[in-house]
Amino acid sequence: MSLKRDWTSGELRLIGISIIIAVACLTSVNFFTDRVQRATEQQATELLAADLVLISSQKINPDVIKQATDAKLIFSLNESFRSVVLKDDKLELTEVKAVDSNYPIRGHLKISDSLFGKERIINSIPESGTVWVDSRLLQVLQIELGDFINLGASKLIVSKVLTYEPDRGGDLFNIAPRLLMNRNDLDATGLILPGSRIQYRLLLGGNAEAITQYREEIEKNQGDNKNLSIQSIKDARPELKSAIERAEQFLGLAALVSIALAGLAIAMSAQRYATRHYDNCAIMRCLGLQQKQITKIYLYQLLILGLLCSLIGCAFGYIAQEGLNRLLIGMTQTSLPAPSLFPLLSGILAGLITVMAFALPQLIRLRTVSPLRVLRRDITPLPLNNYVIYIIAVLALIFLSPWQSGSIKMTMNTLLGLCITACVLAMTAKLMLRLLKRLQPKLKMSARYGLANVTRRSNQSTVQIIGIGIGITVMILLTLIRTDLLENWKSRLPDNAPNYFLVNIQPNQVNDIRTLLANSLNENIPLYPMIRGRLIKINDEAVNIDNYSNPRAKRLASREFNLSYAEIMQEDNKLTSGSWWTEDSKQSNSNNNYFSVEEGIAETLGINIGDELTYSIAGQEVHGNVTNFRWVEWDSFNVNFFVVSNPEALIPYPSTFISSFYLPDSDRQILIDLVKQFPSITIIDLDAILNQIRTIMQQVIRAVEFVFGFTLLTGLIVLFAALQSTHDERTNEAALMSALGASRKQIISGLVAEFLFLGLITGILSAVAASIIELVLAEFVFKIDIAINPLIWIIAPVACCLIIVITGLSGTRKVLRTPPMIVLRKI
Amino acid sequence: MSQNIIVQAAALGKQVISPEGQLTILKDINLSIKQGESLAVIGVSGSGKSTLLGLLAGLDTATSGKVTLDGTDLSQLDEDGRARIRAQSIGFVFQSFHLLPSLTALENTSLPLELADIDHAEQLAQQKLEEVGLAERIHHYPNQLSGGEQQRVAIARAFSGDPKILFADEPTGNLDQKTAKHIIDLLFKMNKENGATLVVVTHDNEIADRCDRKVIIAGGQLTEA
Ligand SMILES: Nc1ncnc2c1ncn2[C@@H]1O[C@H](COP(=O)(O)OP(=O)(O)OP(=O)(O)O)[C@@H](O)[C@H]1O
Ligand SMILES: [Mg+2]
Repeated sequence: MSLKRDWTSGELRLIGISIIIAVACLTSVNFFTDRVQRATEQQATELLAADLVLISSQKINPDVIKQATDAKLIFSLNESFRSVVLKDDKLELTEVKAVDSNYPIRGHLKISDSLFGKERIINSIPESGTVWVDSRLLQVLQIELGDFINLGASKLIVSKVLTYEPDRGGDLFNIAPRLLMNRNDLDATGLILPGSRIQYRLLLGGNAEAITQYREEIEKNQGDNKNLSIQSIKDARPELKSAIERAEQFLGLAALVSIALAGLAIAMSAQRYATRHYDNCAIMRCLGLQQKQITKIYLYQLLILGLLCSLIGCAFGYIAQEGLNRLLIGMTQTSLPAPSLFPLLSGILAGLITVMAFALPQLIRLRTVSPLRVLRRDITPLPLNNYVIYIIAVLALIFLSPWQSGSIKMTMNTLLGLCITACVLAMTAKLMLRLLKRLQPKLKMSARYGLANVTRRSNQSTVQIIGIGIGITVMILLTLIRTDLLENWKSRLPDNAPNYFLVNIQPNQVNDIRTLLANSLNENIPLYPMIRGRLIKINDEAVNIDNYSNPRAKRLASREFNLSYAEIMQEDNKLTSGSWWTEDSKQSNSNNNYFSVEEGIAETLGINIGDELTYSIAGQEVHGNVTNFRWVEWDSFNVNFFVVSNPEALIPYPSTFISSFYLPDSDRQILIDLVKQFPSITIIDLDAILNQIRTIMQQVIRAVEFVFGFTLLTGLIVLFAALQSTHDERTNEAALMSALGASRKQIISGLVAEFLFLGLITGILSAVAASIIELVLAEFVFKIDIAINPLIWIIAPVACCLIIVITGLSGTRKVLRTPPMIVLRKI
Repeated sequence: MSQNIIVQAAALGKQVISPEGQLTILKDINLSIKQGESLAVIGVSGSGKSTLLGLLAGLDTATSGKVTLDGTDLSQLDEDGRARIRAQSIGFVFQSFHLLPSLTALENTSLPLELADIDHAEQLAQQKLEEVGLAERIHHYPNQLSGGEQQRVAIARAFSGDPKILFADEPTGNLDQKTAKHIIDLLFKMNKENGATLVVVTHDNEIADRCDRKVIIAGGQLTEA
């Protein structure tokens, strides 16, 4: 009943509206993020050629297939294995894939009708008796289209050049040439024998719910079926993995930001509500209510309000994300599953937690209102110990955030950043206010009055500065990170990212090829030596697959590495610990070999700086010490190596060279020249894969942009609402000023001055804070290089001033419309 | 019009729209106040005293009739025009003091002077504060002053611009008797020294008796006592 009265009198309305906006913002970002994530994943399913892929080293269990048909999923079976392909007297180890007519379930095959000819999409698979092979095999075996090749016991016709299979994953440099054949011809080859190493794959497609359900069932039974593994998108295309992960982190950050903003708005309006209720409480206390009863009244009120408004907010959030979803159509070909009810529930819960954490401390303050206030209005309750407010708020954020952002590490970093920000903001704000106060007597009347308001309400101003400051900070932060991410992604895959690799270059061809490339491309293309070796010992311990539990470690331990040597570190690598070798360091410790190891692989294999690694290279053992770790940007298509040594260490061993470069479509003739002049080298065509990755990246970027814009917009609305809550006092003061003879112009310029000072301080502090958090996040979470943009120091204060002045003045219309008569009525 | 009439209300009426329909607070009020005169407005609570004061001072607009203040018809002016008149010729003292909390006693006192663009505002304000006996406390903020002291600042502020007319709405309503007497003495003393016209709304007979003239509002109408 008092809820209704307070609502109609407009006092609770502000808190309520803040909750609605906050929860709507939160749920719609959640809903939307959820959908964007799914859309991105769905996009990426093309990389699997299916929605879900099961891989096994044995024939796929018919039960598993039956389960799939029962669930009304489309499926396609394929086998892949390595086998030797013969043409006349030449032979080559080839990666063979036998597919059925449902392949691929997602994405398309692309072929061309001549070597390095024009590529086109094809919606069928090789007819029985024919195979499609990639340009590499054509080059190596010198096959013409229409020629026969021998595969096992079969003779098959090469009918097309295979340029693109959606699910051609794996390591780009280690793969053998590829051959695609019809599954019906498989038995005739006689290659499927017990004991042959064959990868059986079951590709599945269907609507997301059926797939998820199916996947869960398979996972449940996986215990009985040890050699069945589920392949996820992230395994399919390592180059995309970090991009998708970063996009997910960003969306998480956006959700985090919306919580912080929501809390902020609620705290600010709760403070206003509490201030307006001092008198009520004083009267109630006079009438004999106990502190406990007062707390109870407000607690119930807040709970009911929180629940109601969270519900309404959720409804709005749902509508908003539905609208956004419309915008996203076109990003995915198939429709997204309807959002589940879970975000609704979590929205309500998050709403309630936020309300309790941010509003309750303010309201609890009300219990301490002294009944004496009835006699002396200027007695305000003891300010709640500020630390308590902050601690409760931070705890709530800690509780809510990982759940919202899905990343504990990022949450902690951001929160740490925010805490430091709040402290720094508080201290600097106080300092700046004190300094500005010195300036005060020198100013004109309205500026002086404005500044007086800012400095005099020092405590309130500090709170406002911190509040608005944090709001603006997170928005600037989001902008900065978004820009960094996009820049980063664009620079990773520039239009001239290398689209061709040359491998198998013999040492004696290096100079000629370098000259040829330099002449035809007008730039110096680096050629890197590549030596194959197997890691056999770390210090004195033999490297054994069984020592590792992690599958990636097992894989790495079992296969040959591509090693390289270099005098200086590759430009796009970053030293993360230890130091690179120099002439001096080599001389001081002559007759020694050094290794530089990529940090990820070092961690997986348990390698430390100073360890001695032993490689087996061409039957000989090579020892060397690890002197540094490197960070490598695998997103880029530059040639990169896990392990690099100093030149002295590996020069004696047999090597080939490798290079990558960008070649526009129009210059493909150069490739033909290269093949003719150097028949033994192999050209790997990455154009198709690059385009595939670009398309997906663009969609990820679009999603990030959407969520970014959306969060920013809601952030502005929330800030706007929060700022409005400080208008009460100004309305009264403006009426008084008017009664004392101030013209509108004088009143407005006083207000503008106040807002300008507030905006300036807030803006400068926010720019500092956002830059600091950005540095922290970029360094520890997103792992990207950033350049602090000096413009931010101008943009942030200007933006802050604008936001604060505009929202401030939008409220002054009401201020100016209020007749000065209220000074005779209000006490 | 006679030279020494400073405030004149002619057929003044005020109606407001209330939830129960149209409510007439004041009707057909005719009142002339002479320069230098002191006038007490008395009446029971809710009779419309504050409303009348607001109309006379140009804080509110009348529904009918007109107010002439120092020779200017207030109904001809817009909000800014009335503000200018207030800055030039009017001082206020309110029941609840109404000092700006963000300004010191001195700044509060000099504010009307600065709004009217008068030179040496600070010296003049300081002088007024000395006159009300607050020389020691000019740099204090309102929340550092007692109610009586705040009202003294309000009086200093009201007189700072040497107004022709001073409007006071129950200036002692929030004060204890002793302080109230002190404030009233001060108000009358300052009024005499400044040669201003004083219009004071009050419940207090003692104050009313000290005025040159008394009017009573009842039933929306005004009668001379
Ligand atoms: N805007 C308004 N809407 C409705 N009623 C109003 C409005 N303004 C004033 N009133 C009514 O007009 C009447 C006169 O109000 P006013 O404040 O002038 O009385 P007052 O004589 O000053 O009383 P008090 O001695 O208690 O201060 C009251 O009944 C009040 O409720
Ligand atoms: Mg009154």
